Amino acid sequence: MDRAIAIEVNRLCKDYGSHRAVADLSFQVYEGEIFGLLGPNGAGKSTTLRILITLLQPTSGNASIFGHDTVREADRVRRLIGYVPQERAIDRFLTGREHLQLLSALYHLTREDAARRINELLKLVDLEAHADRPAKTYSGGMKRKLDIACGLLPNPKILFLDEPTLGLDVQSRLRIWEYVRMLKARGMTVVMTTNYLDEADQLCDRLAIIDGGCIKALGSPTELKVALGGDIVSLTIKETDRIAGLASALANQPAIKTVRTTSNGLDIRVESPEKALPIILETANRLGCGIEFIEYHRPRLDDVFIAHTGRRITDTAEQPVE
Amino acid sequence: MTEYWQEISALTMRWVRRLSREKFSMLFTLVQPMLFWLIFFGNLFQRAADTQVTQAPNYISFLAAGVVVMTVLNNGLAGGVDLLFDKENGFLERLMSAPIRRSSVILSRFIFVMTITSLQVLVILGVASLFGVHPATGLLGVATILLIGMLFGVGLTAISMAMAFSVKSHGDFFSVLGFLSLPMIFLSSALVPLAAMPGWMSFLARFNPMTWAIDAVRPLILSGWSEALPHVAMVIPVMLAFDAICLYGGVKAFRRAMG
Repeated sequence: MDRAIAIEVNRLCKDYGSHRAVADLSFQVYEGEIFGLLGPNGAGKSTTLRILITLLQPTSGNASIFGHDTVREADRVRRLIGYVPQERAIDRFLTGREHLQLLSALYHLTREDAARRINELLKLVDLEAHADRPAKTYSGGMKRKLDIACGLLPNPKILFLDEPTLGLDVQSRLRIWEYVRMLKARGMTVVMTTNYLDEADQLCDRLAIIDGGCIKALGSPTELKVALGGDIVSLTIKETDRIAGLASALANQPAIKTVRTTSNGLDIRVESPEKALPIILETANRLGCGIEFIEYHRPRLDDVFIAHTGRRITDTAEQPVE
Repeated sequence: MTEYWQEISALTMRWVRRLSREKFSMLFTLVQPMLFWLIFFGNLFQRAADTQVTQAPNYISFLAAGVVVMTVLNNGLAGGVDLLFDKENGFLERLMSAPIRRSSVILSRFIFVMTITSLQVLVILGVASLFGVHPATGLLGVATILLIGMLFGVGLTAISMAMAFSVKSHGDFFSVLGFLSLPMIFLSSALVPLAAMPGWMSFLARFNPMTWAIDAVRPLILSGWSEALPHVAMVIPVMLAFDAICLYGGVKAFRRAMG
């Protein structure tokens, strides 16, 4: 099926001095999908997002939104997009309604259109009762909802969300996910950055795993997990000094694809568990490794992440941006 | 064009709303210090200051021009602070991702700072008149004082915005601000006429645009048109040149910060 392309990113690079924050990034986002940029802090997600929303100019390469170049046709692009920044970009002295009024003037809505749209949005994000209180009285979740209402005010074709649920409690998180799904159902294209694996897994139709400014993997969460091939056996070993020995003994066995050492054991990718498990247990026994805990699971998104980047997403990035 | 005006007026209204909700802090940080200079400093030095030296009937009438220009200085140098906070908390990005002219945000800030400064100058002149200092050039003189204030203020606000867009943190911003403001006052004719200063200070003060502004405002208050006109005629091109330099720097800093 040929799908309409909403965003086209072509060999995008962004340097800060000698540090290359985004290195040769190319991908497409289809109309109507939720596309995720997944990566640890400093991976280049936010920089990429800022280029797409015209706030940064790429060092080389280009990006276009519905065919409009983000540099040469920045104003056209700005009329098509909505943006929800990562920080709580709230003026604490203004009320929720005043935020939306300000933005409706910046999007050149007439007074009547603005009033109608603002009421709709306040209802949508459930802030009607608090609309006329200064934002400094809002809770974190309420500020986030106002943020999202602000991003939706222009009724954008594409909504950009930068870490939409960072620092939110579970309930507010689920609420935000619900909004995002509803927007997709209404036909909106959503691009979001996140460093939460479960968020990417649950919410995104497709995602790009970004690390060190490069795309390491691209596809739907399911595709990515399937592509990894094989299930995962995680061992916790009592004798931590024998982990390395066990790893090398297992590495060349049939039915075992890869072996990765963790702090207290091994993550073993296996082709079929029925063949691999006896070998693993037998080898561990022979080398005198006491198995404290054994777990077997289908590949999860964090396994995908580790397989492509060589580390966990919670590990700090090597080079922080800015 | 109507879109442009819609943007600028909405953004200016935002600054007004913020001010109206920060009444107390605004009152204390902006209005009071200037009045304190005039009321306390002016009266404190009433007898210590030699009227032969100041060439004014009394010290407070000499000081009035200095306090007017100091108000312009402080408001101007602080004019970029709110943009700095907007930059730090992401609000500026939100504004800039909207289809607005890049200049709208900056223009709204200029309009706001100039309006507030002008109102404060009027309050200071009003308070000065309670102490018997009446502008010798009448209402037209007051209008000229406001014009000079605005011309000086535009350049200062541009410096402040350039700093706001260039600094790494607001701590840096406030240290530079603190470092700039007092020397600008001491190395000007605000408190003492140049002739009464130590040579090196009066030498430096001659290059201070603040001195030029004060030297034009002071005869407008103290003497009358015949003495003021040559100064006014001088200060306008000087201020225009000052503004041009500051705006050039400001635009460069803004372009760099906004990609």
